[in-house]
Amino acid sequence: MAEHEPLIIAFVCNWCTYTAADLAGTSRLSYPKNIRLIRVMCTGMVDPQYIIKAFLEGADMVIVSGCHPGDCHYINGNYKARRRIKLLKEILPKFGIEKQRLKLTWIGASDGIEFAKTMQELVIQAKTIGPNPARTGAGL
Amino acid sequence: MANTSFLNVDNDNVLLSIQKFLKSILDLNDIEAILAPLHKKDGKNIMPVFIADPTLLNDVDPLAPAFAMNAAKLVSKLTHKPMGKKIAVVLRSCEIRALIELVKLKQAYLEDIVIIGFDCLGTYTNKNLAFLMASDTTDLTQRFCENALAGKEPPIEGGPNLSPACRACEYPVPENADILIGLLGLDIKKQVLLQALTEKGNALFENLSYTESEEPPGRKKVISEVISKKIEFRDKMFETTHKATNTLEKLSDYFASCINCYNCRVACPVCYCRECVFNTDVFDHDPYQYMQWAKRKGAVKLPADTNFYHITRLAHISLNCVGCGQCSNACPNDIPVMELFKYVANNTQAAFEYEAGKDMDQPPPLSVFKEEEYLDVVGIN
Ligand code: SF4
Ligand code: SF4
Ligand code: FES
Repeated sequence: MAEHEPLIIAFVCNWCTYTAADLAGTSRLSYPKNIRLIRVMCTGMVDPQYIIKAFLEGADMVIVSGCHPGDCHYINGNYKARRRIKLLKEILPKFGIEKQRLKLTWIGASDGIEFAKTMQELVIQAKTIGPNPARTGAGL
Repeated sequence: MANTSFLNVDNDNVLLSIQKFLKSILDLNDIEAILAPLHKKDGKNIMPVFIADPTLLNDVDPLAPAFAMNAAKLVSKLTHKPMGKKIAVVLRSCEIRALIELVKLKQAYLEDIVIIGFDCLGTYTNKNLAFLMASDTTDLTQRFCENALAGKEPPIEGGPNLSPACRACEYPVPENADILIGLLGLDIKKQVLLQALTEKGNALFENLSYTESEEPPGRKKVISEVISKKIEFRDKMFETTHKATNTLEKLSDYFASCINCYNCRVACPVCYCRECVFNTDVFDHDPYQYMQWAKRKGAVKLPADTNFYHITRLAHISLNCVGCGQCSNACPNDIPVMELFKYVANNTQAAFEYEAGKDMDQPPPLSVFKEEEYLDVVGIN
């Protein structure tokens, strides 16, 4: 059987992690094709329901990544995101979606290398955890 | 400091003494109306009514085991803008706790209201209450109170049991009332306890002529025994619920008969959004989308998005859930909604060291943040 190719949804803030991804690209650093980037203006606008939807549609991992504490362009969006991630890490495991499938990181605009490294590491982890059963389960 | 006294009960009728007490409140110059549960003329239910005419207080029955809706939502209607008049509201413990959450969310205000709470002996689901009220309702409230205080289960012989929400409720005695009517640990054929718990309650007390007294010595013990029994029931309920929902597939089975009517959301006192996203055109999917789901998963439940709806509602309000059980009560298909919400709420509230409805000064967890906190959820390991 072919190795499971995980699908990872990354909500990245426009000002830091998205810029870092851009930098990774222009620096010709490669990162795995398993990642689907979704650019948002700030991690503070990632409503829990976006993350829930991603998992229910079968994402194997969801990462929210934005500016380091103190660097958020909307002052405190990343602190709000952190509480929401904390909340979801309590709720999702109740339904068998493991805590490790949900990540929050801070990757600054100049951290292209850090971005590529993080994405590579996530794919390794996602392969270890295995596929999200929601992808194909009928749920009748 | 609690200001303590008693209401005397005549003719073995505890309800009469409470109606009399409410009349004395409405007689006070500054209280112009009372929100309280009242027997409807059809004899089928007891519903919250906003009463200005004191003669109507002869039909109020706060102690009846009826709980048609969580009246915290109604207090929000009465207070979201200043009315210019002072009113009293007679509420159950879980209604007061939901109200506290709504006040923190700035959807209700306490300035012009006096909260009268009472030891809650539990309620039936609407369906079970209708069943009881279809037969002999003479002295129903008195019989119910006496039996419930004596620890009889079910409280009305041969009748149904109390709703699971009430059997699992850890807060039979309201903590945030201005005035508390106490039943636990009292002989309600003789008297009930009357306590002012706040400044507002004290001020009101001064206008009524009661003699200062002491809480009966056995009351605290009775209360703690009642609570431990309920916690025992609650923990078993959590265990059963956990086993029934711990995978997404099981969650789908749990909500298999959900018709996405959203009654549970409408009935929930703390579902605070003005417009629910599940009512917007975000969920008017393209017809072809259903085909894609069906092909990928083999089949798709319709109406779709059921798990999505319930998990989102958990993310939105489990931190504010007071376990009142109105979600289950409102479900046309008898899905145990409260069982799941209270179970998850218990965990999310513990994670944020928060207790919904408990402390006016504790901000709802998602409304605040600190710079250095929850560092363990950050990072990829
Ligand atoms: S979720 Fe259910 S139990 Fe919790 S507050 Fe809302 S209606 Fe009450
Ligand atoms: S009330 Fe029952 S059927 Fe209606 S949406 Fe809620 S769980 Fe589903
Ligand atoms: S702008 Fe980057 S996290 Fe807020």
